[in-house]
Amino acid sequence: MATETKAPAASPAPATAAAIGEPAWARNLLIALGLGFIGLFLVLPLVAVFIEALSNGIGAYLAALHTPDTLAAIRLTLLVAAIAVPCNLVFGVIAAWAIAKFEFTGRSVLITFIDLPFSVSPVISGLVYVLLFGAHGWFGPWLVANNVQIIFAVPGIVLATIFVTFPFVARELIPLMQEQGTEEEEAALSLGANGWQTFWRVTLPNIKWGLLYGVLLSNARAMGEFGAVSVVSGHIRGLTNTMPLHVEILYNEYNFVGAFAVASLLALLALVTLVLKSLLEWRFGHELAVTRH
Amino acid sequence: MVLRSASIAFAVAGILVTLAPAQSHADRVLLNVSYDPTREFYQDYNAVFMKHWKNTTGETITFRMSHGGSGKQARSIIDGLPADVATLALAGDVEELAKRGLIKSGWQARLPDNSAPYTSTIVFLVRKGNPKNIKDWPDLVRDGIQVITPNPKTSGGARWNYLAAWGYALKQPGGTPETAKAFVGQIYRNVPVLDAGARAATTTFVQRRIGDVFLSWENEALLAIKELGPREVDIVIPSVSILAEPSVAVVDTNVDRNKTRDLAEAYLKFLYTPESQEVVAKHFFRPRNADVLARHGDQFPPVTLFTIDAVFGGWEKAQVEHFADGGMFDQIYQPGGK
Amino acid sequence: MRVFARFLPRRAPSVLPGFGPALGFALAYLSIIVLMPLAALVLRPAELGFSGFVAVVTQPRVLAALRLSFGASLIAAAINAVFGMIVAWVLVRYSFPGKRLVDALVDLPFALPTAVAGVALTALYAPNGWIGRLLQPLGIEVAFTPLGVVVALVFIGLPFVVRTVQPVLQDLDREVEEAAASLGASRWQTIVRVILPAILPALLTGFALALARGVGEYGSVIFIAGNMPLVSEIAPLLIVIKLEQYDYAGAAAVGVAMLSISFVMLLILNLLQRWHRGH
Repeated sequence: MATETKAPAASPAPATAAAIGEPAWARNLLIALGLGFIGLFLVLPLVAVFIEALSNGIGAYLAALHTPDTLAAIRLTLLVAAIAVPCNLVFGVIAAWAIAKFEFTGRSVLITFIDLPFSVSPVISGLVYVLLFGAHGWFGPWLVANNVQIIFAVPGIVLATIFVTFPFVARELIPLMQEQGTEEEEAALSLGANGWQTFWRVTLPNIKWGLLYGVLLSNARAMGEFGAVSVVSGHIRGLTNTMPLHVEILYNEYNFVGAFAVASLLALLALVTLVLKSLLEWRFGHELAVTRH
Repeated sequence: MVLRSASIAFAVAGILVTLAPAQSHADRVLLNVSYDPTREFYQDYNAVFMKHWKNTTGETITFRMSHGGSGKQARSIIDGLPADVATLALAGDVEELAKRGLIKSGWQARLPDNSAPYTSTIVFLVRKGNPKNIKDWPDLVRDGIQVITPNPKTSGGARWNYLAAWGYALKQPGGTPETAKAFVGQIYRNVPVLDAGARAATTTFVQRRIGDVFLSWENEALLAIKELGPREVDIVIPSVSILAEPSVAVVDTNVDRNKTRDLAEAYLKFLYTPESQEVVAKHFFRPRNADVLARHGDQFPPVTLFTIDAVFGGWEKAQVEHFADGGMFDQIYQPGGK
Repeated sequence: MRVFARFLPRRAPSVLPGFGPALGFALAYLSIIVLMPLAALVLRPAELGFSGFVAVVTQPRVLAALRLSFGASLIAAAINAVFGMIVAWVLVRYSFPGKRLVDALVDLPFALPTAVAGVALTALYAPNGWIGRLLQPLGIEVAFTPLGVVVALVFIGLPFVVRTVQPVLQDLDREVEEAAASLGASRWQTIVRVILPAILPALLTGFALALARGVGEYGSVIFIAGNMPLVSEIAPLLIVIKLEQYDYAGAAAVGVAMLSISFVMLLILNLLQRWHRGH
């Protein structure tokens, strides 16, 4: 794939690669720094989670996962992510197209609005939907009169999840598309392609990996979100508890094995999405490298 | 690729929706919105009541439970969580529901014992063998004693802790609101961590081994000993403590809409039967039923208890004076507000 | 199109199609998902009146909490900018055993519920934890101090910098570097003059996102912070505290204050980026 074919460190160095590579000591130092940082802040907490989850053996681990409430939580989490991520995917591509490919007044403000959900405290991002759809919210009386339940039910959880994962795809694509400029698209257009063809054949292949990252991030965050969902969930066992909420419940029941087992499952889900990404890169990488160069 | 993965995602969503367990439509559902420490209790009690209801009416019911911080749960009900019954930590939180018209006023008189079918009190958890020799409230203000209690602003249970200490100080010879404020302030100056919730504080004390003494509901203390470490901690009962009365009520607006009033009322009433009171005692709450309480006398040693009504004039007043913004608790932490 | 008059292309109209519909859709979606709910939030403190709003957000405790939230987030975002860039560089340019796994781990802070992260970090950094035990003899206390807040926020914000810089690095044309090298630039000069400017927008974006995310973070921080008023109490905790008192307007007031500061910070960073691109 693109990265591998470009990376010089692995291949025996031709003369030019030496000139644009770093000396071995610098390379090793950087690797050590990067890995040390990852180790300290990511691996250790993860190891702690798995040690707790497996502290009573693999049998207890599996038993902890195979309870009706846990399964219901897993199902709900997958459902919510399956709705929220595609929604934001479509938005992200369209917004990035408008922002990265065109110059217009108010662009920085628009980007900042897209960033905004990141800086909104999860507590607040749940609260805003309560202020809108709660019994005393803007639309509350109408919803109550028509017997529509939005918060404390699946729609509210989906909305809160869309809110917190809102910026990921767009934010991933904007710098990438800016970096790429518009020459390739303009060339395609001048060669007689129409707008859609240009998008599908030129833009999309170029932003493929950024898009994939964005989707993976959205997905991971959609599954892991706790604070915002906690506000709108109502915590009804087996009904409106997502996996992160279920982790908290189990932890508060002193069921540490169960809590960390579900938590480890969330971590594993993140790893699985990455394996999928690697598979995609392996499957399409060659083709991508060819079309690109 | 994008389109494909999006359509796969939608397909997965579709499958998930169809896989979702179909609600058994015949059953009526009862949603009990409660606070954190009652999880284990209501799990047992629901089974007991379900059997009773099936035997007397032939109807099978489905229970739904929601647990969380007492104040947060009350807020969720206010914002539209369709609870049939509210079983919360403080009468104050139920009163908030009444204030907003969800529960008819005078709810506390609708069931015996102030609508509190079980009680608890505030006790001390100390390290095994009580190395710091902590016996009573005055030991908490000694130099070098670290006290663990959650934040009264975010935890209903922690408000009972605070009020218990205040009440003790007030009841001492020469006790005045000023001496009580100084005493309680001294305790909080010995607190190194203010956890947001009661169970987080329990973990801080038992798992992280921070602090010398942990102020806790009696039921939570007994449960923590059972679950976390009979060889780690001991219980110390102070000379005086507060009678904590967790309140239960039928949420009138919701049961009328859900057509569950008969069920909800029976559900709460049945809490007072000897059979249910045994379940209460099993989960370390103090039963109201004198016979059942006597049977578990070794678990619940006698304590001199005062009520919030007698010492503080009720929740409403205590809340405003002590826990509202700028109240007594805030003054403790104000710079120079010693 | 007319509605978006303010957003009309400023320079010579681009030959690329789809600007109007794309921007229209983006604005509509943005409004429904983000702006309308936030409007509900911003309008909520209106019942306090302006002076009431100011009174709420200038309480010493609120000010201390805002200072802690923004200060700790800045420090954490700066740490993440430096180390995140190194991690991204290492992942893109070098190969070493276990690289794929490390790449996978970067997303972990998103997937792990924040409460779990808080519990795991507290377990590690508490005085009896694996790391806390090593630090204690040195007189460094992490858990239950403002330092703990920074640690939690570094964890939370880590993926942002890596994941924004990584695709840009991957896309960077190595021919430019080769050209620089063949023109006699030292490796260091190439990095500073060629590579860094190319990834700077992405780096700034990552920094801004990590910062913004840190400011609002609640779940992981409350476990490790200690939550002492005026010392280690974060702004989101104050919102929760106000909600516990059924003070929706007060809670929304603190939320609006946080939001305004974040918005201005993000806007400055985004303008900086544009300025950078313009040069």
